Amino acid sequence: MNARVEVFVQLKPGMLDPQGETLERALESMGYEGVSGMRVGKWITFAVEGGERAEIEGRVDEMCRRLLANPVIETYRYGLAEAGLEETAADGGEEAR
Amino acid sequence: MSVRIGVVRFPGTNCDRDVFDAVGSVEGSEPVWLWHKERDLEGVRGIVLAGGFSFGDYLRAGAIARFSPIMEEVVAFARRGGPVLGICNGFQILTEAGLLPGALMRNDRITFVCRDQWLKVETTDTPFTRHYSAGQLVRYTVAHGEGNYVAEEEVLDRLEEEGRVAFRYVDETGAATDAANPNGSLRNIAGIRDEGGNILGLMPHPDRAMSELLGSGDGAPVFRGLVEAAA
Repeated sequence: MNARVEVFVQLKPGMLDPQGETLERALESMGYEGVSGMRVGKWITFAVEGGERAEIEGRVDEMCRRLLANPVIETYRYGLAEAGLEETAADGGEEAR
Repeated sequence: MSVRIGVVRFPGTNCDRDVFDAVGSVEGSEPVWLWHKERDLEGVRGIVLAGGFSFGDYLRAGAIARFSPIMEEVVAFARRGGPVLGICNGFQILTEAGLLPGALMRNDRITFVCRDQWLKVETTDTPFTRHYSAGQLVRYTVAHGEGNYVAEEEVLDRLEEEGRVAFRYVDETGAATDAANPNGSLRNIAGIRDEGGNILGLMPHPDRAMSELLGSGDGAPVFRGLVEAAA
């Protein structure tokens, strides 16, 4: 299959996220109340050609471990959808680590 | 015969000339450029990964540089016991490459920090710090946005136990206070070494502390030690 891939990368829980904290304070100063726990992550999308679904998932997982996320500080999850389909590929994303 | 020391250049490296001059200032050394796409270390006996913003710091600082062709050779060289020094972005690349543990995250106060910084030399058990005395205070410049050193608690404990914390951020009295910590690094860690002692990574710039006339000459012993180890 040809797949559309979405990868989500986030700092591990407990890791200080100064960017998230700063945004939270900015929203507070704009008058938005009750906002908490803001974290900023990365959303990466791309296409992958060829292979069975499991094989593509294996390759994407390796890409995440080796480059797209740093397992020391980040967690990642990803989702695949058959290329050409309209709906988001986020559903069915796997939690890893 | 002069000792060849490689200075690696990635797209976005910007302290390469400072490092080249710092290495060249040591008698008996011959600095050599190493372009990131090369796979040939050209007979160098020591390697420096200089500061800057390799590949624009895209994704994470050092994450992309770590997969440049030259890095395979640098990693092999380091694993053979060759002296490798990573400064600032070079430190980030060494952690991304897995040659040093932990990671460098965004500074806890968001801002890019650029200032003179007191450091305590915590170990003299590396070629780069052997000309200092243990506990000596030195002043380098820090200039980075992502220098917040983090690692798992047990990794930090092991680094401390094995004497692998090389430099710590301190104030002018030598106290490792929060106020002296420019970026939120755990336990005020500014630099670490590997098990063998031949790999050193640090965020502050010894290459910008090469002349009393320009503020500090405290960095010069680092390069002298590197060249001696490579000879």
